[in-house]
Amino acid sequence: MATTAAPAGGARNGAGPEWGGFEENIQGGGSAVIDMENMDDTSGSSFEDMGELHQRLREEEVDADAAAAEEEDGEFLGMKGFKGQLSRQVADQMWQAGKRQASRAFSLYANIDILRPYFDVEPAQVRSRLLESMIPIKMVNFPQKIAGELYGPLMLVFTLVAILLHGMKTSDTIIREGTLMGTAIGTCFGYWLGVSSFIYFLAYLCNAQITMLQMLALLGYGLFGHCIVLFITYNIHLHALFYLFWLLLGGLSTLRMVAVLVSRTVGPTQRLLLCGTLAALHMLFLLYLHFAYHKVVEGILDTLEGPNIPPMQRVPRDIPAALPAARLPATVLNATAKAVAVTLQSH
Amino acid sequence: MAEAAESPGDPGTASPRPLFAGLSDISISQDIPVEGEITIPMRSRIREFDSSTLNESVQNTIMRDLKAVGKKFMHVLYPRKSNTLLRDWDLWGPLILCVTLALMLQRGSVDSEKDGGPQFAEVFVIVWFGAVTITLNSKLLGGNISFFQSLCVLGYCILPLTVAMLVCRLVLLAEPGPINFMVRFFVVIVMFAWSIIASTAFLADSQPPNRKALAVYPVFLFYFVISWMILTFTP
Repeated sequence: MATTAAPAGGARNGAGPEWGGFEENIQGGGSAVIDMENMDDTSGSSFEDMGELHQRLREEEVDADAAAAEEEDGEFLGMKGFKGQLSRQVADQMWQAGKRQASRAFSLYANIDILRPYFDVEPAQVRSRLLESMIPIKMVNFPQKIAGELYGPLMLVFTLVAILLHGMKTSDTIIREGTLMGTAIGTCFGYWLGVSSFIYFLAYLCNAQITMLQMLALLGYGLFGHCIVLFITYNIHLHALFYLFWLLLGGLSTLRMVAVLVSRTVGPTQRLLLCGTLAALHMLFLLYLHFAYHKVVEGILDTLEGPNIPPMQRVPRDIPAALPAARLPATVLNATAKAVAVTLQSH
Repeated sequence: MAEAAESPGDPGTASPRPLFAGLSDISISQDIPVEGEITIPMRSRIREFDSSTLNESVQNTIMRDLKAVGKKFMHVLYPRKSNTLLRDWDLWGPLILCVTLALMLQRGSVDSEKDGGPQFAEVFVIVWFGAVTITLNSKLLGGNISFFQSLCVLGYCILPLTVAMLVCRLVLLAEPGPINFMVRFFVVIVMFAWSIIASTAFLADSQPPNRKALAVYPVFLFYFVISWMILTFTP
């Protein structure tokens, strides 16, 4: 067997150096390139290819192992073996680093996937749920259905943030520490998450059949009434109109939530406690949002129209010192126009 | 070492696999159109080793990038069915637009009494936080677009609104009055519509067909807040 194999073996040995070198070049160069590219990919921007990357990394490890094994059984054990070990070590290290990054990206992506079912809605569904949030159903014997969905509530909260921002701007609200945006977001999300958690806690105490997700969806859709009321009354400053809307729209959306909660609770005391708390919080929140940024408008109007004119008059009186006297009438006119513009804009 | 004991059995079959497995992996990964975006910088880097952009002047490099950004601006101003904005995204354009907008919205408030105007940080945060929220929302709705692609499109589509802001500042140099306000109102409304149309032209295809309205609503809200800030701006 040794004799028959000798020519082939000899031939192989003869070709060995070139082929070995070539092989190793390809292998070493190839693996280095792959590793660098993988590093690029993971430090890159997309998460989509993580699955493939992970798989590729694993395959590559197998390849590296095979390469190392192959090199060890070759004839050139000295330098080549050392290089093989080195490349294997480098590959190992690269794989570890890649794995760490990939798993981190995976966990982020998995979190998005966990949330995805709650956003599985159609536009028509959202529309009908928005309408239903204003229609209380008088059915207390049988637990009413609550759609466990977060798209609508989240969008309503963002809408409320935008409306609140609008209200703050038109009323020239001044917030010392922090921005208007932060305050608006904090108020809306704080109300949504905070009251949901609180009512969920109360519901747990009162033995109501409701989950946290359902509570979030219920309260979120309940904000639809708030959005409408605030959007209208921030633009039309009429107290009677606001109170009408407050009772009508705010009351309807509150009634809807109360009806749902009543149908899912047993016992009059528990029902009273749970629904009373929710109704009071919900209605008072609308009242707060309206008047917190409405009062300021009135205050400004008072300062503009009332006897506190002197600070306004100081402006033209100070300017003539620096400017020619001819500009005085124009400046006064300008100031008046500005005051008119402010009044117009706030209405 | 365990593999070393097994592999002498068939060295002939074992050797080609490691040779070509790695190589085929590379070529496949570069040809998949879904991730073509990500591999383009890498491929260009490989090409750069050949043509060696290391030797070219800094001016050339900057001009090339600026040209790419400018081309994308043109795509936003004249939105048509093209995915250049999606394919090679960058965040330079959005950064430039966002900073320009924030700088122009920053009112020179010497008096700290009336500090209700939009500040630089506020505009910056609204733009980026809003874009990230829209992107996450579109991902949650099942859109097949990568995070930064969406961020890039939303950022570039602020361009009409930045133009509107520029026009508003110029108009505000004239004397204030109802006509002045009407002109600004008109400009902002037109540019707002333009932003919406441009961004939906790029983003709508990535959404499932029955859910486009759901994905477009937050985009509408986002641009609405920004355009409203522009409209109510007074120096």
